[in-house]
Parts: sequence; structure tokens; C-alpha cells
Amino acid sequence: MLSSINPVSSSVLFINMNWLRYKKIYFLISGIVIGLGIYSLLSWGLRLGLDFRGGTILEYRFGKEISADIAKKAIEDAGIEVSSIQSLGDNTYLFKLPPVEVSDKNKIENVLSRISETQEELRYETVGPSVGPELVKKTIYAIIIASVAILIWVAIQFKSIKFGTSAIFAMFHDSFVLIGLFSFLGHFAGAEVDFLFVTALLTTLSFSVHDTIVVYDRIRESQKISDGDLVGLANRAITETMSRSLNNSFTIIFMLFALMLLGGATIKWFAVALFIGTVSGTYSSPFVAVPLLVIWDQLADKIKNRK
Amino acid sequence: MTTPLKKVLIIVLLTLLCLYISLPKSIPVNLNFGPINFNHRFERSDLNLTLGKFSLKRNFDLVLGLDLAGGSHLVFEAQTQDLDQVDREKAVNSVRAVIERRVNLFGVSEPNVAVSSFEGKDRIIVELPGIDDTQEAIGLIGKTAQLVFAEIGSEEVPGVTKTSLTGAGLKSADVTFDQTTGKPVVLLEFNQEGGELFAQLTEKNLGKPLPIMLDDEIISAPLVQQTITGGSAQISGEFTLQEAQNLAIQLNAGALPVPISLIEQRTVGATLGADSVAKSVYAGLIGLSMVLLFMVLAYGKLGLIADFALIIFGILTLSIYKLIPVVLTLPGIAGFLLSVGMAVDANILIFERFKEEKLQRPFSDALEVSFGRAWDSIRDANIATLVTAFVLANPLDFSFLHTSGPVRGFAITLSLGIFVSLFTGIVVSRNLLRAFIKPKAHGK
Repeated sequence: MLSSINPVSSSVLFINMNWLRYKKIYFLISGIVIGLGIYSLLSWGLRLGLDFRGGTILEYRFGKEISADIAKKAIEDAGIEVSSIQSLGDNTYLFKLPPVEVSDKNKIENVLSRISETQEELRYETVGPSVGPELVKKTIYAIIIASVAILIWVAIQFKSIKFGTSAIFAMFHDSFVLIGLFSFLGHFAGAEVDFLFVTALLTTLSFSVHDTIVVYDRIRESQKISDGDLVGLANRAITETMSRSLNNSFTIIFMLFALMLLGGATIKWFAVALFIGTVSGTYSSPFVAVPLLVIWDQLADKIKNRK
Repeated sequence: MTTPLKKVLIIVLLTLLCLYISLPKSIPVNLNFGPINFNHRFERSDLNLTLGKFSLKRNFDLVLGLDLAGGSHLVFEAQTQDLDQVDREKAVNSVRAVIERRVNLFGVSEPNVAVSSFEGKDRIIVELPGIDDTQEAIGLIGKTAQLVFAEIGSEEVPGVTKTSLTGAGLKSADVTFDQTTGKPVVLLEFNQEGGELFAQLTEKNLGKPLPIMLDDEIISAPLVQQTITGGSAQISGEFTLQEAQNLAIQLNAGALPVPISLIEQRTVGATLGADSVAKSVYAGLIGLSMVLLFMVLAYGKLGLIADFALIIFGILTLSIYKLIPVVLTLPGIAGFLLSVGMAVDANILIFERFKEEKLQRPFSDALEVSFGRAWDSIRDANIATLVTAFVLANPLDFSFLHTSGPVRGFAITLSLGIFVSLFTGIVVSRNLLRAFIKPKAHGK
């Protein structure tokens, strides 16, 4: 292993960059995004979807375009409350209502048949009010179990609480970014928090750690072969993994982008959530997890020196 | 250089086998070149192996979930909160049995009835592929079961006449063993009113069969051997323990120990399902071509090898879906597409490493070292994703986690994708690289 004593020259794009000099900027960016999310959460909360809130959704394809306002009024005249009617394009409309019985659904279909000659039922979902709270509980359990398991895995892997905790912080950073931005998107674009959002959230947790581990792995490897200070090693690790991180995120983003634009209404927001998670996960590994690790290390040194 | 080539050959054979499984069942081929016409439908025969007692039958069709094939997903809640644990399980199983029987009346292919309990609430989940007339389905499943004791008509009035003794008069049905014969018997216990009616019935029909009907279907017609008073009776006959248990379940089901109510229903029409499939296949193909193109642009020849590995990844994964089989849902497809994006990660890690290593050591050494060094990162990082996928998929059916639906479909395809990508990223592309990338071709 003679050759490994030589400093590993990094990829062409980012030669010997001192990434960690701009720690404050990274924290500022994260702060702004998370701050925006918290503001949005406090003012508007999350827009809960059918799974959590309960209710009925009906999706029909009509023979021609209809006016959502006229349809809404006609259904309400029949004594059935309508929360919203959304056009999905292609003469397809999504009706959202409080939970309704089958008899009410028949009434709605009668009313609608007067507005448009032909109608085809594409989807009919009703979720009772008792389902939501149960889902919330199961989701919280899932998040707790997944994060504890990941924490244990990272801590064992790096034999260090410092590494494990910084990785978990970066992971929570990504969850906050995702939840906050979804509250924002919910208010301005109608993004709903449903079953699939929860799945995206949990996937983000693992993505985040996935990327962080790759960077940490590099730090650990160079710690074994050279005695440089952590800042230098960390800078080099970021440089060495940067193009890998970006390239890998690109491939994932390509797939998600295609799904977002072409995958249809049902999984559009799911793809958006995964997209946000991927971008945030890629960002947080070099710019949150590593700076936190370095700051922790420096603080620990200071305390040691004072003693 | 023979060993890598041999391995490549094995990989090619494996891929061809998986390709055979992955392709649609029949492919029409129509070629017209002037006078030469070639019209043929290539059909894949189903797997049908018999080795002694062991037989294996597979048709290699992709199994689509309700959201893609169309169908109804219904969740009923059983009102069991006033019962103790033992009665509760009995009640839920009875409800499940009666629903299963009714669902079978639909003639649906592969209906699925499952029980799920969470924090004191008992749910019965019913999945009916291909049914989009929910009203009928809900009506039939949700209606109160009618258990009726009937009489055999006399010569003047033939047939069977229902009496006023119904499931409401029955307290419970259990399986015990006859003390003298040792054979399994079904013990009926009536409530006050039911017991009185039963006494009258048996007196009137002494020596005649007394049909027991569940939803207009005779499930048993025991012979009345004596007038039975006292509110309990036993049905004996030449049945096995299993048959006696089934009868007891049916009787209990007919008695419907607890009311059920519909709390969730999701119905997707077949057209919307087909639409979703078409859209995600389209999105997948576009995304895939972007990834393939990107890899070539970013890594040149190496990227081309990674692209081959990625296509092999797709073929292997698809055939695994068919072999297990994995029920493919819309989120499941998303999980698969996501894993395509992640599958190249292993290659990217290795190639980036290779760029560094080849500056310091001979070409082929650099390749091997890169694989070795990158493996640690690849393994550690993927285990973290697998941990989450494990929690989401909940393979051990912990009742405090999600047990069904979209989350599970996503997690299963994602974790399968990770396993296969480890194989293609490490084994497949490594051997392809060893065999096809030569130092001088690479100019280093």
C-alpha cells in the first residue's frame, strides 16, 4: 500500500476547495428554508389528504368539459356538501366531499348526468373519520423506529456518537425541509399530505443517511491513513465525493422528474416529495452533516484544552 | 482473461433467461418484405414442472394491484369493544368467515379477506379485483347474515319452509367431542327465546331432518332424534374435525356476533388503472433514457458499461417481480423507478473512485482497488435504505405499523431494487469492465 501515502488528487472540478470556510452560508441557507417552512406550518399548517382527514373523493370522466361552479351548485342544491371540484384535464374531474354514503353518491351521479350526457366513474374512495388518527400513530411509530435503527447503524458503523448524531441531525434537517416545503406547497399549490407523503418522508430519511455515509466513509478512510486535522480531512472528503453525489442525485432526479411531469395525478405529489427529499438529502450531507461534525469536534477540543 | 469472459457468458445467459420471463406472454411479429411475409405470434409456455411429489406451476404474468387493474378495497370495522379477548377473536374470525363466503359468491378471481387489529379496533379488509360496482359489493358483504332453521315440507307442500328460528336465537356454536363415540360434534347453544322455539321445532319434526340455512343455502340438515329442551343441542354426524369446525364457524358467522360497519372504501375503475400503467411506463422510459444518456456523457465508455448493467438490472428485477410474484401497485412502480435511479449509484461511486486511482496505479489494479474501496460505502449506505424499507414493508406484520396498501408496495419494490442493484452494480458491471475495458483503449 505504498502508493496510498500520496495525497489522493481529487476530481478535476473541485480542486482543493475549502468547503468548510463557508459554513455560515450553508447554515444560513438551511435556516432560511427551514424558517420558511416553520412560518408556513404555523400560519397554514399542513393540507391533510383523504387518508388522514377522512372524506370522499369521486373522479369522473365526462363526455365534454363541464363548469366546476355549475356542478358544485347543482350538487349542493341536492343537499350534499362539496368541498372542491378540480379539473384534471381530459374532461376528467375530481370531486372532494365530506364522507358520503352510497345513496348520496347515486344522487350526485343523477345530478351530474343532467349536466353532461355521459360519465364514467374512474375512482370512488371514502375514508371514515376513525382511520386518520390511527394512521398518524402508525406513522409516528414508523418514523421513530426507522430513525432509531439508522442512528444505531451509523453509530456502530463509525464507532462514534459524534458521527451518528451529526448524521441524524442532517436527517432531521431534511425531514423539516420536506415537511415545511410541503406546508408551503399545500397552501399555494394544493399539495396534500397523504399515505404517499409519509412514504416519501421515510424514504428521505434513508436517502439523507445514504449520502452522509458516503462522505463520512471517506473521512474515516483518510483518518486511517493520515493524521491530518479533521477540517482538512473533511474538506478533502467533500471534494472527493462531490461529483459522485451530484451525479447520483442527477440520475435519481431524472427519474423523479419524468414521474412528476408524466406519471399522472395520483403520484405527482409523491414524486415532488421524493424530489425535495433527494435534493435536500444531497445538500445536507456535505453542507450540514460535515460542518456539524467539524464544529462538534472543535468544541470538544476547546473544552479539552480548557481543562 | 478467460475467467471474466466466462462470467460474462454466465451473466448473458442469466439475462436471456430473465428476459424470456420478463417479456409479455405473447408477442405478435408481422414482417413484410415484398414477397416475404412473416406473421407469427411468439407464445411463452407456462412453467409446469413435476418431480415426484414436487410440482411447480407458474404462468409468469405480472400481478397488478387494485389501483392498476381496477377493483375495490373495502375496510369494515367490527364492533367488538364490549367483548373479552377470547370472544373477540372468535367474533372477528366468524365475521371474516361470513365475508369470505359471500365474497366467493361474486366469482371474483383471487379475492382477499384479511383481519387487522390495532389498539383495540378490529378491521376486516376485503380486496375485490375487477369489481367496480361497489354498491353491490358493499350491499352483499355488509348485509346482516341470515341464519334460519327450516322444516322439510310434507307431501302436500314439498320443499323447504323457513321457520321463525333464526341466527338471532343462537348464542354460540362450538366443536366438542362426543363422549361415547369420540367423534367431533357441533354443540349449539340457544338463548332463552331460541331454546323455546327449538324445543317446539324438534317436537314437531321428530325423526325428520332439520335443515339449517345460511343466506338461503343449506349448510347442514341434521336428523332430529329427540325433542330437545333446555336450550342446547348437538349436531353429530360422520364429519371430520375440520368439517365440524367449518360448520361451527359458519353457524357462528350466520349468528353474526357483532355488527360491522364500512369505514373505508377505495374503488378504482379499470380505465383509470390502465391509464396509470401507461403513464408510468411512459415516464419510466423517458427517465431511463435520460439516465442512460447521462451516464454515457459523464463517464464515456465506462458509462456505456454501466448502461448495460442498468438494462440487465431492469430485466432481472422485472423477472423477479414475476417469479415471487410481487403485486405491483402504482407506488410500487414509483419504487421501482426510484431504484433505477439509485441502481447506477454503485457504478458512479466506483467510477469516481477509479478516476482517482488510475492516476496512481496501473489500469487494471486501479479498477480492482476502486471496486474494493467503493464497496464499503455502497454496503453501508444501502443498508441504511434497507432498514427504512424494512420498517415500511413491515414483513413481520407488526400491528403497530402499516400492514397494507401503498406504503408496503413501495417498500417491497424499493428493497428488491436495492438487492438487485447491488448484484448488477458489483458483479455484473465489474465483470463487464474486466472483460471489455482495456487500458490502451482507454488511453491511460
